[in-house]
Amino acid sequence: MNIFNNHKKLYTTAGALFLGLTFFTAIMPALQNQKNTAPLPESKPLSGDALAGKMIYISEGCVACHSQQVRNVDMDKVFGSRPGMAADYANIERTSFWQNTATLMGTERTGPDLTDVGNRQPSLDWNLMHLFNPRTVVKQSIMPSYEWLFETKLHPTKSDVVVNVPPEFLKGLHGKLVAKKEALQLVAYIQSLKQIPLPDGSKTPIFLYKKETKVSLESNSSSDADGKALYIANCQSCHQANGEGLKGAFPSLKGSPIVNGDNLELYVDIIMNGYDARAEYGVMSAVGTNMEFNEHQVAAIINYERTSWGNTGKKVSPDEVKKIMDFIKIKATAAK
Amino acid sequence: MKLRLIITTILIFYGSTLLNAQEANNMIHLENSPPTATFIFILFIGLFLAIIWHFLRKFKIQVSLEKKWGKETTAQRFSSYISSLNSNQITEYLKVKRLLRSKNKPDINKGMSTIILILFSSLTLSAQNNTNPEKGLFGQGGIIITLILILIPVLLGSIFAIVKAINAFKIYNNQNKLQDSKQFAENLIAIEDEELESTLLKRKAALDYTLSNYELSGKNKAEDTIGIIQNASPDHQVHFTAQKKKAIPRPSLDKDITKLILWYLGCAAFWLVLGGTIGEYVGIKFVSPDADHISWLSFGRLRPVHTNMVFWGWASLGIIGLGYYVVPTVSNAKIHNIKWGWNALWLINAMVIFGTISLMAGINNGGGEFREYIWPIMALFAVALILTLLNFLKTVAKRTTKEIYISNWYIISSIIFTIIIALTAYLPFWQNGISETIIQGYYMHSGVGMWFTLYTLGLLYYFIPQQLNRPIYAYSLGILAFWTQILFYTIIGTHHFVFSAIPWWLQTVAIVGSGGMIIPVVAATINYFFTFKGQWKKVSNSYTLPFFFVAVMYYFIVSMQGTAEAFKFTNLLWHFTDFTVGHSHLGFYGIITFAIWGGTYTIVPRLTGIEPQHHIVGAHFWLAFIGLLFYAIPLSIGGTLKGMMWMEGKPFIDSVVMMFDYWLWRAIGGSLMFLAHFVFAYNFYKMTRKPIAEIDIKEEAIKHLKSITGN
Repeated sequence: MNIFNNHKKLYTTAGALFLGLTFFTAIMPALQNQKNTAPLPESKPLSGDALAGKMIYISEGCVACHSQQVRNVDMDKVFGSRPGMAADYANIERTSFWQNTATLMGTERTGPDLTDVGNRQPSLDWNLMHLFNPRTVVKQSIMPSYEWLFETKLHPTKSDVVVNVPPEFLKGLHGKLVAKKEALQLVAYIQSLKQIPLPDGSKTPIFLYKKETKVSLESNSSSDADGKALYIANCQSCHQANGEGLKGAFPSLKGSPIVNGDNLELYVDIIMNGYDARAEYGVMSAVGTNMEFNEHQVAAIINYERTSWGNTGKKVSPDEVKKIMDFIKIKATAAK
Repeated sequence: MKLRLIITTILIFYGSTLLNAQEANNMIHLENSPPTATFIFILFIGLFLAIIWHFLRKFKIQVSLEKKWGKETTAQRFSSYISSLNSNQITEYLKVKRLLRSKNKPDINKGMSTIILILFSSLTLSAQNNTNPEKGLFGQGGIIITLILILIPVLLGSIFAIVKAINAFKIYNNQNKLQDSKQFAENLIAIEDEELESTLLKRKAALDYTLSNYELSGKNKAEDTIGIIQNASPDHQVHFTAQKKKAIPRPSLDKDITKLILWYLGCAAFWLVLGGTIGEYVGIKFVSPDADHISWLSFGRLRPVHTNMVFWGWASLGIIGLGYYVVPTVSNAKIHNIKWGWNALWLINAMVIFGTISLMAGINNGGGEFREYIWPIMALFAVALILTLLNFLKTVAKRTTKEIYISNWYIISSIIFTIIIALTAYLPFWQNGISETIIQGYYMHSGVGMWFTLYTLGLLYYFIPQQLNRPIYAYSLGILAFWTQILFYTIIGTHHFVFSAIPWWLQTVAIVGSGGMIIPVVAATINYFFTFKGQWKKVSNSYTLPFFFVAVMYYFIVSMQGTAEAFKFTNLLWHFTDFTVGHSHLGFYGIITFAIWGGTYTIVPRLTGIEPQHHIVGAHFWLAFIGLLFYAIPLSIGGTLKGMMWMEGKPFIDSVVMMFDYWLWRAIGGSLMFLAHFVFAYNFYKMTRKPIAEIDIKEEAIKHLKSITGN
């Protein structure tokens, strides 16, 4: 054939074919997307510490293990309340003159997805400890330690953020462990990672490939098994699997007067809206509200905590919890 | 025959149990019904039966032999003894015969068969018992393991018992034979037959006859008029490894181009050793996350250092270096400009050095895989590619052959495409928001498939026919594969982001295109393998062809695996897991790296005239081959289990804990690969070192003579 004897023809044809396909499957959809996608009304571009934190996230290569995309499949539901959409990424633009746009969607989940981690794990204390050495809070974690984002000071000033790391992780370090500016910025970025609610009236895209067994699990959500799973997913990273928490950071639930006592209202309030009454411990964030717990889930967690680690609190029913939750909600709106 | 029957029964049995297991449990809940455990169990039973059967057969043959022996009449037996006497025996016999005379008659014992029967039947009984374990418990892993463990001593005991029985039987029969021999001796002495004796004497003469070894050559001294005997080596060594064919000397190339190619391949080998070492360290971090707390060595920074180093440093330099041999050779022309080649070499090396330092310092492009180098660094690569393209194009333009050989379609197109890919990936006009991800999918996919795979396929189109010394099977299949590869491969990049927020039509195109990839992959694989057809012996005789064979095999396996991974269900199962890491290593290592190795071992001996030691090449091959399997198989299994755990909604940390063993195996496989790189580097050094000249005394003496006579 002539084309295979004529290098000009051959390579021009191949190059043109490739260029055409490139245009139709990469460049054109990309341009189209830029033209047609606008950021969600409630989204704001990152600024200040969070933006600086994102730069650290990029330079440390966190994207190698953490994705930032909730796919529209049921198994991704644990990472966000709705599937991600193009609009979620629309206000991300070129990082700098030297660096390309960083949507940080990622291709690997050696660690969990972080799209909504600002809702799931917003605690400053936890995040700092976790960055200093992930194994302080999650024993089995294989995430690297980011020791260089911290320094030690013999006499930290008032403005220093001291991190109460268990002594066995401080081998060879003297003084108090203090978070550097970079660590705080990185945590600010992590805290800023939240799924933005869709504007009222717009249809939320659904998760595909629902598991059929899920339905039966939900109808019977006050069972012990469910409570344990909820505890592992939402509470264990701070209060630990043995319920003992971490000294100087997260209080023990084992033998806790709140867990075992009769003040159910306080108990539910803490789960839903967080707690910051004891200076020696870190601040607990509004886990229940962030994760949109219902009364079944709260009751399951309470019952699990009251029956584990030698605790002997009495069991509660979802109805009791519901009353208190409604009451707390009224109180909260009144306070606003 | 019987063995085949047993195997078929096992297969049928296995198939039916597997079906049962699937009916009983949902496909996804694999851990409740371990068909793998069942399979191993049945395999074990099969093995068990086969071994027992083998020993029983041996036993039976023994018994039938002895039976035959028992049935023959004494006269028959004795005459057959006589006719098979050897020379020594005849001499001895005749000697004795002359001295002695006397008479006797023999009788033989029968029996035994009852005992054998009892033994035999009891053994078959026990074997049957073993094949019928209780079916209800079959699914239980613990029971299966216990049964296997119990069966091991049972098997060994049975073998021991059978061997003992055979021995006892032999001893018994030996006694019979001794007695028989006594009778035979007496019988021989009794015979008074002159004729027999003369026959025996004749027979002895015949038996004693030997050749003198001079029948053909005569006893005169050989006159070596054409120099054959001089070249024969009387040195016969014991070979511990397979003998490989020596490289056939080829016309040597220009010194300049030789040096350029060797530098390309040498730099590539250096980056392979370094990049592999970093990869090994990164792999170890999965099982030992506190190995260091140094920012420059942290996982997130080192991972792209590893991937980019082996991409641009090892593979890109490797394939371009081989291209500098292949492109001019198949064009039958000299390379257009050697200096451009050197410039491109330094540019790419500089790119890898700067890129590595910047990534370790925490400066990267923003997170797209393989797009981690910032644009000023990547620009070095673009310039190097343009230089290479012009150089190759001008060489092809100067070709003295009419047609453009298929290697050059692939190689040059691949460079053209890669320039387009790099520009598309780094130009900022279409990168905002999720467009960055659309481009990323296109880039990371085409970067692998259009740069490395397409180029390597071109190299294989030269090396495989050349090493087999026969033309490629079908040009037309090559044409089909070439154009369909471009058509389908370009459009499927988005399959790395299925179910993401990328437009659904684009994802659909990618999935459909991934199916279409069957056409170029099958066409190319057929083309290569049919070139091998009928020449398989050459593969085992060669130290280069196994590398190419592995490359073709993985080309088929990995590409088809890629198609399977693009489907929707497999995306649920495998996306984001370590399965993809296994897949990418199978592809990049199995196809590209093996092909470059094969190419290096083919052309470097031609360039330098020094062959590597064949058995060290073999060590390299097997370390890399086995290492890759140890690397990829655990990651594939672990990745699958991980995906299943995620689909079931298990807590994330559970999947991390579960992966530990698989990551450990990966590190072990990685270590073998890591060793293989050092062996390769050693071989490369051996092939390229300047040899200390062997002094040929005769040659020197002639020189000396010449200098004396003033010539």
